[in-house]
Amino acid sequence: MSSKKTIQHSEAAARFNKDTERVNWHDETLWFVREKRDRSANQIADWELLRETASKIKNNVLSNIHDYLIEFEANAKKNGITVHWAADAKEHNEIVHSIMAKHDVKQMVKSKSMLTEECHLNDYLAEKGIEVIDSDLGEYIVQLRKEPPSHIVLPAIHLKKEDVSETFHEHLGTEKGNIDPQYLTESARLSLRNTFLTRKVALTGVNFAIAETGEIVVCTNEGNADMGAHLADVHIACMGFEKLIPQRKHLGVFLRLLARSATGQPITTFSSHFKKPREGKEIHIVIVDNGRSTQLGREDFRNSLKCIRCGACMNTCPVYRRSGGHSYHNAVAGPIGSILAPNLDMSKNADLPFASTLCGSCTNVCPVKIDIHDQLYKWRQVLVKEGHTPTSKTVAMKTMATVLANPTIFNIAGKSGRFVMKNLPGLVNNKMNKWYDQREMPAVPQESFREWYKKNSREAKAKDNE
Amino acid sequence: MKIGLFIPCYVDQFYPKVGIATYELLQKLGCEVHFPMGQTCCGQPMANSGYQYLTKGCDANFIANFAGFDYIVCPSGSCVLHVKEHLHDEKQEELAAEMRKKVFELTEFITDVLKIDSIEGNFPYRVGMHVSCHGQRGLKLSQMTELNAPFFSKPEQLLHNIKGLDLVSLTRKDECCGFGGTFCVTEEAVSVKMGQDRIKDHENHHVDYITGGDMSCLMHLEGILKRQKSPIKTIHIAEILNSLGN
Repeated sequence: MSSKKTIQHSEAAARFNKDTERVNWHDETLWFVREKRDRSANQIADWELLRETASKIKNNVLSNIHDYLIEFEANAKKNGITVHWAADAKEHNEIVHSIMAKHDVKQMVKSKSMLTEECHLNDYLAEKGIEVIDSDLGEYIVQLRKEPPSHIVLPAIHLKKEDVSETFHEHLGTEKGNIDPQYLTESARLSLRNTFLTRKVALTGVNFAIAETGEIVVCTNEGNADMGAHLADVHIACMGFEKLIPQRKHLGVFLRLLARSATGQPITTFSSHFKKPREGKEIHIVIVDNGRSTQLGREDFRNSLKCIRCGACMNTCPVYRRSGGHSYHNAVAGPIGSILAPNLDMSKNADLPFASTLCGSCTNVCPVKIDIHDQLYKWRQVLVKEGHTPTSKTVAMKTMATVLANPTIFNIAGKSGRFVMKNLPGLVNNKMNKWYDQREMPAVPQESFREWYKKNSREAKAKDNE
Repeated sequence: MKIGLFIPCYVDQFYPKVGIATYELLQKLGCEVHFPMGQTCCGQPMANSGYQYLTKGCDANFIANFAGFDYIVCPSGSCVLHVKEHLHDEKQEELAAEMRKKVFELTEFITDVLKIDSIEGNFPYRVGMHVSCHGQRGLKLSQMTELNAPFFSKPEQLLHNIKGLDLVSLTRKDECCGFGGTFCVTEEAVSVKMGQDRIKDHENHHVDYITGGDMSCLMHLEGILKRQKSPIKTIHIAEILNSLGN
């Protein structure tokens, strides 16, 4: 993906919207998840307090990250876990590969890890001749299709069962045209079962890493992380450094929030704790920075690192629901992706903070209270200042600024041309008014309010009567 | 009580009737209302596009026009939110800070400052309320469906005594319409789709009118409705609240 020219969000979204029926389906499917989340949240009387508590715990973690990381490393080592530190994606991939190489293993089973998507681990390992099979059903589907996930919790949410049937027919030899979800899942299960039984190395993500105990917690609904990790000799767990929480007792706060926010379930089917390797087996934890320190240093954007990857902001986002995850050209899509991505590559991701109406729904559903829409606004200011917006837009904005700061010019411009409305659409393309493509322009009234006011206000009438 | 009437630039130019309704309504409610002639725009179109640094001129002009009023009232949640969050002036920051506190959206001004719970009027139609995001999630004019918190709505409360008005309950009570300032042209496809979907919700509830507190959302929805040749009309809440003859 990174080698190809990045297609702007607006362009990808326009393509996505060519198929109205599919957009409607995508929107309604995710809205259904949002509603499930609402029902689930409303059953917890202290829901808002829970969010506030989680937010404060994460703030504490970010303020003391250095100490917690050292504490976590020490405790994990005490438990017999090998801890690795990776400054960036490249180092992360090299570390994973070195563990594979040490054991002379050419195959890996992987459960869901957005971090490995962020680091493009699959591509890297493929180049080294290592085969990776993603064992999360959604990830498995998109992997067969050679697509990235479109959602961090629901990786194949952009696909209908008909699409999955086609994909499985092609890759797993299932019956053509059989769209029965039970049948399709069973087929994937059979194929994956063999993978689980033969893999020596399993890689998982990490949902929470507990500094106090040196253990990690992995949350899944399919049990695939456990199946992989328990059957393999080597378990590699990869985590961004922000996954830390101070103590085990804090876990309750996050486990209550995570699944309810993500899918409306009270809790994920499996919340698996990994603390020490079994006899003769190995656990490796790779702690990754990859730009997180930089983000930590950006005061306005620091608290984006509180994210626990529930995906609630995507499900609620009216833009995400109608543009699809792939339009965000980043491992993490949607509102949270749009505030994380510019940190990784400002030039490539300059369009993302603008792919929002700033409606603020994301901020309201966020279980750790990240001020997502405010950060989108702030990123826009940074991107403009750093020169990542087209010159034509800057010129137009400067003209507007001059006119709007001067009442005399404004009144002349307003009268003759209804200045603002004429200029806003012009920012995109002077020849073609994008407002007008699918909308009528507002009718121009005989007089503006100020013209009416001059004649009809109480003051004007009082003057007339003098 | 001396009120500075702050009329958004596009309302001044395209929807004078909304300005007139606001002006008349506030006078009926006993306020002394003045429209400072030198006002232009709050600067939000630039700021939301990332050019907040260019809005200093707008800010200075806003302060020059509105300093000295007891309150500044505006029939737009969006413009009010921008002023509340971003009005600054290096030379007179104290004054700017004071003015940020004095600016109110029309319906919250009526319920919270004038302490008026309901307004008499007559509007015998089926009406859908479009809750605009900046008014709701920004100014907290009404409760948000994302939160586990009791319901309230300042604009809806004011409509309770309007005779004949049948307010429908929408399926998606507070989904964004997709206007979003420059978003409406830079992300035209999604913007229009969002607007069309909002309209569908109102259509499914057989409304005659879509009302709301922000003319920008309504202008976007009106543009789509007209293109669809829909019989549904848009009307600013100030016009409904001012429906009783003068």
